[in-house]
Amino acid sequence: MTNRPITQSPNRLLEVKNLKKYFPIRKGFFRTTIGNVRAVDDVSFFINAGETLGLVGESGCGKTTASRCILRALVPTSGEMIFRTKEGASADLAKLSRAQLRPLRPQMQMIFQDPYGSLNPRMTLFDIVGEPMYVNGMTNRKERVERVAELLRLVGLRPEYMQRYPHAFSGGQRQRIGIARALSVNPRLVVADEPVSALDVSVQAQILNLMLDLQKRLNLTYLFVAHNLSVVRHICDRVAVMYVGKIVEMANTLELYAAPKHPYTAALMSAVPVADPRIKTGNVELKGEVPSPANPPSGCYFHPRCEFAAEVCRKDAPAFREITPNHFVSCHRADELRLPGIG
Amino acid sequence: MTPLLSVQNLKTYFLMDEGVVKAVDGVTFDVHAGQVFGIVGESGCGKSVTMKAVLRIVEPPGKIVNGQILLNRAKQNGASDVIDLAQLDANSKAMRDIRGAEIALIPQEPMASFSPVHTVGDQIIEAIMLHQDVNKREARKIALQQFKDVGIPIPEQRLDEYSWQLSGGLRQRAIIAMALSCNPRLLIADEPTTAVDVTTQAQVLRLLRRLQEQRNAAIIFITHDLGVIAQMASYVMVMYLGLVMEQGSVDDIFHAPKHPYTQALLRSIPTINMTPRLNLPTISGSIPHPFNKPRGCPFHPRCEKSIAGKCDARVPALKPIGEKQLVSCFLYHDAEVSS
Repeated sequence: MTNRPITQSPNRLLEVKNLKKYFPIRKGFFRTTIGNVRAVDDVSFFINAGETLGLVGESGCGKTTASRCILRALVPTSGEMIFRTKEGASADLAKLSRAQLRPLRPQMQMIFQDPYGSLNPRMTLFDIVGEPMYVNGMTNRKERVERVAELLRLVGLRPEYMQRYPHAFSGGQRQRIGIARALSVNPRLVVADEPVSALDVSVQAQILNLMLDLQKRLNLTYLFVAHNLSVVRHICDRVAVMYVGKIVEMANTLELYAAPKHPYTAALMSAVPVADPRIKTGNVELKGEVPSPANPPSGCYFHPRCEFAAEVCRKDAPAFREITPNHFVSCHRADELRLPGIG
Repeated sequence: MTPLLSVQNLKTYFLMDEGVVKAVDGVTFDVHAGQVFGIVGESGCGKSVTMKAVLRIVEPPGKIVNGQILLNRAKQNGASDVIDLAQLDANSKAMRDIRGAEIALIPQEPMASFSPVHTVGDQIIEAIMLHQDVNKREARKIALQQFKDVGIPIPEQRLDEYSWQLSGGLRQRAIIAMALSCNPRLLIADEPTTAVDVTTQAQVLRLLRRLQEQRNAAIIFITHDLGVIAQMASYVMVMYLGLVMEQGSVDDIFHAPKHPYTQALLRSIPTINMTPRLNLPTISGSIPHPFNKPRGCPFHPRCEKSIAGKCDARVPALKPIGEKQLVSCFLYHDAEVSS
C-alpha cells in the first residue's frame, strides 16, 4: 500500500506519511530475527495547527507507539514525519539526528497518563517545572522562579506550592503539575497520552476544561491519545481510529460518531456504555479477539471479526482513501455500507 | 420478601499507627434475589471495602467494628435461615463454606487472580471439589460445562492452559466461569471490566447479564464507570468517603438524582450527545484524604448547596424520599446520624 492520500496545506503542523515501527522478534542463541511485531504499520495522518486530533483504539493497537515515534522517543522503522517548525521551515522528524532534534524538542512536549509515576518524588515543584527551562538555556534562577509561578497560576495551582514535593498533591493536582511542566518550554504540539484515564470522574472534568482553556489561550495543538470515546468526542476536532497498527478511519469528530464508515468504528461506538439507563447500548457484538500484530490476518486485518467481510476483504488490504472531503477510511465496502453511529 | 443480603450500619475501620481510617462508616443496604445492585463511587469511597467486608476478606489492620451482614440462606425444606456474617470468624469453616459457594467474587484484575503455576482448569476443579461432593472427573465435567456457558472457544484445550496463555477477554471469562462454578446465589463483581478494552467490556457485560437472567442470581456490581452502571444495574447505591449518599432505582438515580453529589457527578461526565468543547460543569476541589475527612456531611466542602452551620457540623442520615429512593442530605430532611 503506497498511496498518499494527504495533500500539503499551509495549515499543517505535522504530517505523518507511511509511518512504520516494527519491533523485531528475536529467538535462539544468536538472537536471529524471526519476525516483526508491526506495532505501527504504514500509518498516515496530519494535524493542523491549533486543532486536537484524537487517536483512539484498543490496547495494543499502536496508538501509544505512534505518538512516541512522533516525539522521537522511539526511532521509526520507516516513514516521514514532516513538522513545521516555529521558524516556518519543514523538518522530517524521522530523519533528524539527536543533535539536530535538540532545538526542536521544546516545540513538542508530552503529558503522561499516570500522574503518580511521572513526577519524581524527590524533586520539588520548582525543580520539576523549572528543569526543562534550565535544560533549554534559562539559567537565571530568578527568571525561572517567576516563570514557574506564572505556569502554576496558569494551570490553577498556587505559586506558594513551589517548594513542595509531589506527594503533597492529589491525582488531579499532580496532573496539573505535569501539564505545567509540558508547557514550561512553550511547546506548539502537545502529545497527551491518556491524560485523564487515571483520574477520578469528578476530577477528569477539571483537567479536560483546563486543557481546552489552555489550548485557546496558548494556541496549542494536541494529539490526544485515549480509549474513552466520550472524552474523545468532547475534546477532539478530528479523530483517527486505529486497529492492529493501522488507521482504519479518520474524520471530523461529529461526522465520525454520527456516520462511521468503517465497521470497526461502528462496533467500537456501539460498545460504549452510555450513562443513561433509557438508552440500551451494546447491540452490535464484536466476536473474537484482536489479532496479534506479530501475525496479522491476510487482507483487511479486521475481516475475521467483520460481519460485512467479502471475498476481496480476505485477499487484499484496503487502501486508506478519502471517501468524502476530509473523511478517510480503509474499507473495501465503505461506499455501500450504511453503519449506525451515535450522538 | 426478605432480602438475600441485608447490610445494616456496617462500619469497617482501619486502625493504623497514624490514625483511624473510617473506610466504611455506617452503610446500610439490601440486595434481593435476581437484582443487579450497582455500587458506584470514586476512589476512597469504600465500595471495595464494603464488598470485602461482606466476604470477610478485609486485610488487617482493617476491622469490622460495627454492624450486621445478614445472609438469607434458603434451606432444603423452604424455610429460611438468616446468618450474620459479621459474627462469624473470618477463617471458620462456616465462613469458608459460604465464601466461593454461596457468595462468589469476580475480581478486578484477572491476571493477578489466577496462579500462574497451575492450569486454570486445576484451579477451577479445586474450587468445585472444595464446595461440592464430587470426584475429580465429575468436577472437570462441571468446569468444562462452565467454560462452554461463558463462551470460551475450544474449552477442553483451554482448561489445561495457564492463565498467561489466555488473552484478557478469555481470562476474564475464565474468572467468571470459576465464580459461577458452584452456583452462587450472590455474585460480587468488583470492577470486572476496568482492566479490559471496550469491545471486550461489552462482551463481558453481555455475558454477565445473560448468566444473571438464566440463573436468577443477585449481582453486586461495583464500578466507578457511570456508563456501565446505567447499562447493568437495576438498583444503584452512590457512595462517597465511606457513606451512602443516595440509593434508588437506576432510572431515578440517572433521571431524578436528589443528592447534590449524584447530580454533580452526572453533570461532570462528558456524554455522547452533548455539545463538544464546551466547559464541563465540575465539582470543585478534590476528594479529601481519608485521615482528614471533613466534619459533618463528607461532601459539604465541595457542595454548592451546603447549609452553613448544619452540613459542616452534623452527618445526615439516609432516609427515604419517594417510593424507592433514599438520600442522606439535609436539603430533603432533618434526620441526622446519632453518634
